[in-house]
Amino acid sequence: MSLRRPDLVIAALRDPTQLTAASPATWDLLIRQSRSADLLARIASLLHERELLETIAPAARTHLLSARTLAFAQQDEVRREVAHIACALHSLSVPVVLLKGAAYLLAGLPAALGRTFADVDILVPRSRLAEVEAALMLAGWATTHHSQYDQRYYRQWMHELPPLQHVRRQTILDVHHAILPVTARLKPDSRKLLLAALALPGEQGLHVLAPVDMVLHSMTHLFHNEEMGHGLRDLSDLDRLLRHFATTAEFWNALVERAGELNLSRPLYYGLHQTRSLLGTPVEKSVLAAACHAAPAEPLRSVMNWLWSQALGSPHVSTAGPTTGVALFALYVRAHWLRMPPALLLRHLAIKAVTKRRPLA
Amino acid sequence: MIVADVTPRDLRRQLRGPGLRLRTGPFVTKIRSRLCAVADGITLHYAAHAVEDDGGFADFHVSVERPRGLRRWLSPQVEFRFDGNPTFAPLPGDQGFPMLEWGLNWCVSSYCHQFLIVHAAVLEREGRALVLAAPSGSGKSTLCAGLAFRGWRLLSDELALIEVASGQIIALPRPISLKNQSIDVVRAFASQAVFGPVVHETMKGSVAHVRPPFDAVLRAAEPAVPGWVVLPRFAAGADARLEPLPKARAFMCLVDNAFNYHVQGRDGFHALARLIDGSDCYGFSYSRLDDAAEIFESLAERKSDPL
Repeated sequence: MSLRRPDLVIAALRDPTQLTAASPATWDLLIRQSRSADLLARIASLLHERELLETIAPAARTHLLSARTLAFAQQDEVRREVAHIACALHSLSVPVVLLKGAAYLLAGLPAALGRTFADVDILVPRSRLAEVEAALMLAGWATTHHSQYDQRYYRQWMHELPPLQHVRRQTILDVHHAILPVTARLKPDSRKLLLAALALPGEQGLHVLAPVDMVLHSMTHLFHNEEMGHGLRDLSDLDRLLRHFATTAEFWNALVERAGELNLSRPLYYGLHQTRSLLGTPVEKSVLAAACHAAPAEPLRSVMNWLWSQALGSPHVSTAGPTTGVALFALYVRAHWLRMPPALLLRHLAIKAVTKRRPLA
Repeated sequence: MIVADVTPRDLRRQLRGPGLRLRTGPFVTKIRSRLCAVADGITLHYAAHAVEDDGGFADFHVSVERPRGLRRWLSPQVEFRFDGNPTFAPLPGDQGFPMLEWGLNWCVSSYCHQFLIVHAAVLEREGRALVLAAPSGSGKSTLCAGLAFRGWRLLSDELALIEVASGQIIALPRPISLKNQSIDVVRAFASQAVFGPVVHETMKGSVAHVRPPFDAVLRAAEPAVPGWVVLPRFAAGADARLEPLPKARAFMCLVDNAFNYHVQGRDGFHALARLIDGSDCYGFSYSRLDDAAEIFESLAERKSDPL
């Protein structure tokens, strides 16, 4: 049962060809919804891929082309930024694994199609974190969170350094040493991910996660996120990754097996179930059945799937139903619950409540 | 239908309810606002602009409203929203119309990458564009307002829209924004200019808008080809001086004043190169609008070869 109002972006992602018949009023709403979800350039690129852009009404087409132009510019910028990062870390001979959007882009994967960017994420071994941070600082990246508590929050409990910003280019870099916080319930072993990472041909020192790990990271990130502003975008990335890797023999079996190894079977279940039900991603029956073993027991299973279906849409006012706010809040609480043990979480929230008004030095 | 054809009551009803679909140059913006200052500003400044039928496509959906909360009863503010999302920090309560204008500029410079967009005033004579590019405070809008009432057609006071594909400059005639002393300078220079109320203590000082000449609005669909690129500078008490400017410097000045040069990549470089190649480039310093009008008149006459 869906209480959300029609989400044109989901319909467009499922079947871009239907857009050729869309009225100006439909485009009016679709452009706003897809902008809110950061998916306008992806929809433009899906139409371009099918050589359908020319059939779209000119007023709407202009915005599609404009969004594509901006996405291309951001992709160029990410390529340059990655080259700067590789250069800064070159002398350390440390494996640098690109994550998420930057990985899709540099690996030439279909999930990079029409992808927009706000930052670059990398994964490095935790044992080398201090050297990496020092080398990045020498090359002009500086930390952004200046309160002592924030620094401690990131360094002691999180899976990443406080975001770094380059002093001249103003670009943001997230340096991870794991894919989930140190304090999280699930503890996927980063060493296993680093060991299986694949070198990017022609890019010295740069790697991406192995296909199964890339998919599992994408799912883990999405289904642990406290904030669903990019939920549909991430789900669409996942859909494109799954459709692409599904063409390789053994991918599906390897995916289920690897999820077990990494302690990520629950996110795998949510990921497969939600991409399939919202975006129509083809998933083999046997794989779905295997993933179902890690599903929560009823009635929690139905509740969770309902929450995801409510939360994974364009974050636009026109799609919100009477229960969307409740669903988003429930998932926000859940994400924090999974992130830290209760006592630590209480302490963190208490400190945040106080320092919001009066920042600590 | 144009704004002047809509009754004040109906205009207010549209602004409060479904939104007024206002056409400005190539764009349709759906505007919602309960503020009298916004309704009055639109009535005065956009009188000749077209109102589009409801139910079609709008490029932007914006609103200017009072933010909720207790504060509205003590010292009211105004807030610009783009498709429901606040885009800037709220401003003091009497700045509704200036905020709408700044918000509309923001919409274009943030979302319209079919154009290379330069922070510049553009006027036209016999199909050729005069691009006045300069940072804020250099007397660009003053000069633009002066020329718009002395034989030049106003294309835009703030945004030069250079169509990347064709190299043409597209018109976006909207109110001219004047600041501080330039308000009285233009009042004295052009008695036919219609001014809105002066709004004090904005982030740019005192601001008043001048209604774009009707002719400029009616001819908004006519683009222009490159003619001149001029970098104006107000120099108190100085005689007007127009000096040739090396093209490379003019190019770099437009890059510095561009909103989205970094987004356009190679196409942006070529579009800008085409504009500079097709234009005579000058630096211009002045203190009196009468001198300026005379010099630009002779500049227009000198370029005699027909298009």
